[in-house]
Amino acid sequence: MPGAIQSIERAAAVLRLLGGAGRPLALAELAAALDLPRPTVHGIVRTLREEGLVEQDPATSLYSPGGDLRTLGEGWDRHDLRSRSMNWADALAGGSGCAVYLGVPARRAVSIVHHVFRPDGSAQRLRTNTEQPLHATAWGKCLLAFAPVATPALRDLELHRYTGRTATTVTALEMQLAGARRRGCATDIGEFETGVGGAAVPLRTGGGLAVAALGIAGPVEELFGAGGEPRPRLVEQLMAAGREISAFLGAAR
Amino acid sequence: MSERVVAAIDQGTTSTRCLLFTRSGRMLAVAQREHKQLYPRPGWVEHDAEEIWRNVARVVPAALRRAGLGPENIVALGIANQRETTVVWNRHTGVPLAHAITWQDTRTDEIVNGLAATGDMWAGTSGFGPATYFAGPRLQWLLDHVPGAREGAESGDVLFGTIETWLIWRLTGGARGGVHVTDVTNASRTMLMDLRTLEWSPRLLAALRVPERMLPEIRSNAEVYGVCTDVLPGVPVAGALGDQQAALVGQTCFAPGEVKCTYGTGAFLLKNTGSRIPGSAQGLIPTVGYLFGEKPVYALEGSIAVTGSLVQWFRDSLGMIGTAPQIETLAMTVPDNGGCYVVPAFSGLYAPHWHAEARGVIVGLTSFITRGHLARAVLEATAWQTREVVDAMNAETVNAGSGRSVIGLKVDGGMTADHLLMQYVADVLDVPVERPLGSEAVSLGAAYAAGLAVGHWSDMEVLRANWHRAAAWEPSMDPALRDRERANWARAVDRSYGWVQPP
Repeated sequence: MPGAIQSIERAAAVLRLLGGAGRPLALAELAAALDLPRPTVHGIVRTLREEGLVEQDPATSLYSPGGDLRTLGEGWDRHDLRSRSMNWADALAGGSGCAVYLGVPARRAVSIVHHVFRPDGSAQRLRTNTEQPLHATAWGKCLLAFAPVATPALRDLELHRYTGRTATTVTALEMQLAGARRRGCATDIGEFETGVGGAAVPLRTGGGLAVAALGIAGPVEELFGAGGEPRPRLVEQLMAAGREISAFLGAAR
Repeated sequence: MSERVVAAIDQGTTSTRCLLFTRSGRMLAVAQREHKQLYPRPGWVEHDAEEIWRNVARVVPAALRRAGLGPENIVALGIANQRETTVVWNRHTGVPLAHAITWQDTRTDEIVNGLAATGDMWAGTSGFGPATYFAGPRLQWLLDHVPGAREGAESGDVLFGTIETWLIWRLTGGARGGVHVTDVTNASRTMLMDLRTLEWSPRLLAALRVPERMLPEIRSNAEVYGVCTDVLPGVPVAGALGDQQAALVGQTCFAPGEVKCTYGTGAFLLKNTGSRIPGSAQGLIPTVGYLFGEKPVYALEGSIAVTGSLVQWFRDSLGMIGTAPQIETLAMTVPDNGGCYVVPAFSGLYAPHWHAEARGVIVGLTSFITRGHLARAVLEATAWQTREVVDAMNAETVNAGSGRSVIGLKVDGGMTADHLLMQYVADVLDVPVERPLGSEAVSLGAAYAAGLAVGHWSDMEVLRANWHRAAAWEPSMDPALRDRERANWARAVDRSYGWVQPP
């Protein structure tokens, strides 16, 4: 069995010190307490700060436990996700002409956290806080493909048939998810509501963890070409928005 | 083909931003810089106008860089600004004589108390009674307290302006030929302009002992005031509006009866009243909405002091939540407020109650109440305060015997991210609440004004077509429940009265 990793041991010691001090600490205090050279400790706290586990007061340069330490073990708050995605979701709706959805895993379904109307003046109803099936929507399949730990195993899903196009076997669904992973984008070609399609990409936080699905929705013939592939112009916009939000989520933590 | 965009400067209370908008009203890029808040004494809040100008000179090129554009791509520049913040400067050197006194500053309370006896004269001309909120008394304070200010003003060496005036003067040449103008919306917040003629009132100027020659020329909201010699050389400065009026334009509330509400730290409701100057009952403020061309469009304004700041208090002072959006998560852990109400009269109650001695209360506490109920009560306080302002606006319409009651609310600002709150606002107002695509109504309004002035947009109908509904909340509350909750809120408000006692 390999030995313990020294830098992780030291990082843990830094966190314990900061957590137990009851006040912000200076680099020199940390170095003295750990009996380590300052450059070594500085490297550790800088890395921890980048991970959001340590905070540094810009005015005093003192270190204290970071916000992420308190929320370690909890996922992203769904309303923090909405708030941080809102501007890009609006821009995506404006640029693509599609409705925009943000979905997070909710037991055996995808829960809609945010919904931006299709900007065409038509009557629409907010679907925030509704739950939709994982296997029949683009955002659901996106979570199955990219966030397997947060979603149930495929064999445990009830593969209800919503339209003639819904995948109702594990094998068919697995093939679709493999395609989604290859493309980086999950699709729904009228599988939940006849004629209405969707495409979705994962939102990732620091370290690459997929926490939500960002999707666009519209008439199938608008979203997909004749061969059933999503239109490149829309996929590009969707992926660009996904990257922007992911960068923002990563930077925030 | 080179891209043609409109630039907007949003000079706000805490930061200065530059945003670039396409012809369809889509935001291309944004850059932002915060400036210092100076608190020299309790109740005093100042800004360094020079620092604000430096920030403008930084954020505009930064926004251009982000969009990969140059000044040649900008068809016009519009400005939206924090209102009522007052600057005086030397016209030969361009140097401010003192820090700008901001709209939150209350040092003019003695001046304002001294004007109470002549309140009717002020209300009859400027549209509203004296208050520390407005710029005029601040100007008098500066003239009386800053060495050389009054002499300089009388000899024509010292100029006055609100922030848009200061920025336009600097952009168009400053001490070397800068244009000294203000717009009707900012001028309508000085207490010095006649709301009917849209000109400085000699009577009101005399009452505050303000020399007329230091005042900027009052202009419409959409016209070429001058051409930039700095920051965006060659680009016309073609639009200026106070921030709340800019949001009215950005939300395209162009028809009488249309109302917008911007939810931030506080909240500002403006209702378009068309050519009619509204009354000032219950602390609502009649103001110029906008002037595009010849005929002014008036507006009725109601402000709520504490909305988003109550959520911040819940987060920072009580530590109930880690971030502001998490209040929705906490509120959703319970189905209702459990009988608990929060009245955030942190510094008294403003419109429409006007009880300076009131202080905040939390009522209806029982052992049943959890953090979730408190979160609900915090959010509901914003909704009920909105309802009170809308009720006052509707009462004004009834009193005037003309105008339209509120039939919908167009919302913008950070709190529109809270869907639970927006649904509750729709429920208690019993009218639909709509959010437009893109939440930058203030900057968009300034861009619209500038773009209209140079013909980039042909007319206001084109702008209306740019407005897209991003979300709508329909009222769905049982009317009996609404009445009961409204009565409970009113009883909670009653309990906040009379708390601060005279020493």
